[in-house]
Amino acid sequence: MSDGIIDKTAIELGTLLADGRVSSVEIMRAHIDRTRTVDDAVGAFISFDEQDALNQATASDERRRSGGALGPLDGIPVAIKDVLAVRGQPLGCASKMLKGFVSPYDAHVVERLRQQGAIVWGRLNMDEFAMGSSTENSAMRATSNPWDLERVPGGSSGGSAASVAALETPLALGSDTGGSVRQPASFCGVVGMKPTYGRISRYGLVAFASSLDQVGPVARSVDDVALLLGAVAGHDGRDSTSVEQVVPDYVHGDPPADRKWKLGVPREYFGAGIDPEVKAAVDRAIEFYSRTGCEVSEVSLPNTEYAVATYYIIATAEASSNLARYDGVRYGHRAAKAEDGVDLYFQSRAEGFGAEVKRRIILGTYVLSSGYYDAYYLRAQKVRTLIRRDFLNAFEKVDALLTPTSPVPAFRRGERTSDPLEMYLCDIYTIGANLAGIPGLSIPCGFTEGGLPIGMQILGRPFGEQEILSLGKQFEIGHEFTERRPDL
Amino acid sequence: MSTHAHIDIDYVANLARIALSDQERSLFSEQLEEILEYIEQLKSVDVDGVEPTAHTFPVTNVWREDVVRPGLTQEEAIGNAPEARDGMFVVPKVVE
Repeated sequence: MSDGIIDKTAIELGTLLADGRVSSVEIMRAHIDRTRTVDDAVGAFISFDEQDALNQATASDERRRSGGALGPLDGIPVAIKDVLAVRGQPLGCASKMLKGFVSPYDAHVVERLRQQGAIVWGRLNMDEFAMGSSTENSAMRATSNPWDLERVPGGSSGGSAASVAALETPLALGSDTGGSVRQPASFCGVVGMKPTYGRISRYGLVAFASSLDQVGPVARSVDDVALLLGAVAGHDGRDSTSVEQVVPDYVHGDPPADRKWKLGVPREYFGAGIDPEVKAAVDRAIEFYSRTGCEVSEVSLPNTEYAVATYYIIATAEASSNLARYDGVRYGHRAAKAEDGVDLYFQSRAEGFGAEVKRRIILGTYVLSSGYYDAYYLRAQKVRTLIRRDFLNAFEKVDALLTPTSPVPAFRRGERTSDPLEMYLCDIYTIGANLAGIPGLSIPCGFTEGGLPIGMQILGRPFGEQEILSLGKQFEIGHEFTERRPDL
Repeated sequence: MSTHAHIDIDYVANLARIALSDQERSLFSEQLEEILEYIEQLKSVDVDGVEPTAHTFPVTNVWREDVVRPGLTQEEAIGNAPEARDGMFVVPKVVE
C-alpha cells in the first residue's frame, strides 16, 4: 500500500481512509519518507515538524476509529507556505527578518483545516515576503523545479507548487498577490487557483499588498483544488474584506453538463514575448473547448499593456506601508549595534531585508511620497479601475477567459535575477486577475519538447470559482497532463 | 539615463528607514530608474473622470459588537521580542 500512497490525490486518499484500507499515520509517514528522499534536491520545504504531523495523523485515526471522522479532508496532509500563521510553528516568510519567529495563533485558513481534521504540516519555501516570481529571493534555501532541477519552480509560492509536483504532499496552500500561486503551478505542472478577492479570509496571512493578496490552493487535480478551496473559503469577521457569501460544494456543484459555455480569448494575451511552445499548447486547449461544444470568441482587454506598471505601483506602495511594521522592536530581526531608537530601525531593516524587498519598499515609498502620490499611486488606482472594467465588460459577453498562465515555461536559475524589470514582466498574464479581484485557475495544458510543463489560465467572474473549476475539469478529463510525474 | 525618471535614493531610503550600502545605493538607483521609466507609460492613459479603485469589491464599514474577547496573553505578546524584561519590550534609550 505505502508505495502507491504518495501518487494518490487527496480525494483518492479520502476514499481509502473511509474504506479503512489505509491509515492517516501511514499516509503521513509515506509523505515524510518521500520528502526525506527527494527534498535535498527539490528544496520545497524550509522545515517540517515530523512529530507534530504524526500526532495529528494519530488523532485523526482515533477519531475515525470511534466513528467521528470530520469530513473528506480528515487525515489528509496539507502543507503550508511560510507566509501563513500556524500556532506554535515557525513563521518566517523565508526571510532573515522573521527568522526564529513562532506564531502565537492560527490563521483563519489553518483553523478551518483543523476543524476538518486535515494535517497541517511543513513550512514551504517562497520568495522573501512573497516578493518574486522564481523563489530565488528566499533567504533560506534554493528550490528547484521537480521537472528540471536546474530550473526555477516559479514564485512566489515555489515551495507549494514544487512540493505537490514532487509528491511530497497531496495538497498545499500558497498565496497569490500577482500570480504567486498560478505561475508556479504552471511551471511545476500542477493545478493552482487564486480565488476571488474576499473569498478567503486573510487573517493570519502575512500582509504583502493587502488589496491584492489572496490565499490559494495547490493540488494535482482540479477536484483536489476544489476540495481544498471549499475547506478554507468563507466569511471571517477578523478580515473586514472577507465577503459574506455562501461557500458552495465546489467538488460536486458543477453546472449542468449540457450548459452552452461561452469562452473568450483575449487577443492582448497572445502578443509579443510569448514562447511559441506555450502559445501552441494554449491554442490546442482552446481548440479542445470549441471542438467539445463551447462557443469560443476573441475578446479585447485594451488596458492589458498597463497592468504590469499599475501592479508594481500599487503592490509596492502597499508593501512599503505593510512592511513598516518590521522595526526591530516588538519582533523580527534586531541589529546588534544601534546608536539610538531611530538608528535601530535603519540598521535592523538594512540587515533583515533582502535586496528585492528593499527595492520594492523604496519604490513603494517613492510613489507614495509627497509630490508624487497623484502622479503615480492615484493614477495607478484609476488605471486599475479601467483594467477591472475591461474584465467586467468581457464577462458580459463570455463566461470565462482562456489565456496562458505565463508567457514562458520555467526558466533557468539565475537567468533573470540581474534584471528586476524583466522578472516583473513574467507576471503579465496573471496580475490582471489580482487588480480586478477576479478568480483564476492554472491547469497543465501541455509540455515543451524539452519536457517542461505548460499552464493554461482560466479566468472567471467575481465568485465564479465553480464555473472555472468546471471548465478545468472538462479539460483535465480529456487529457493526461495532470497524470504525468517528474522523474525524481 | 532619463531626465524625467529620477529618484533621489537617499531621500527615499531615509523615508523608508533603510540604511543602504554604497553598492546598494548605486545599484538600486539604476534599477529603480529603469522601472520608473517603464511605469511612466501610465501617464499616457486618459483617466479623466475615472474613479480610483482601492478595493475591488467595496464593502461598507464592518462593525462588530464592542465586547471583551480572548486575546494574546502578555507572555505570548512579547514571546517573539528581540529583547524583553519584566513583561516589556526593551529598546535603546530614546530620552536623554
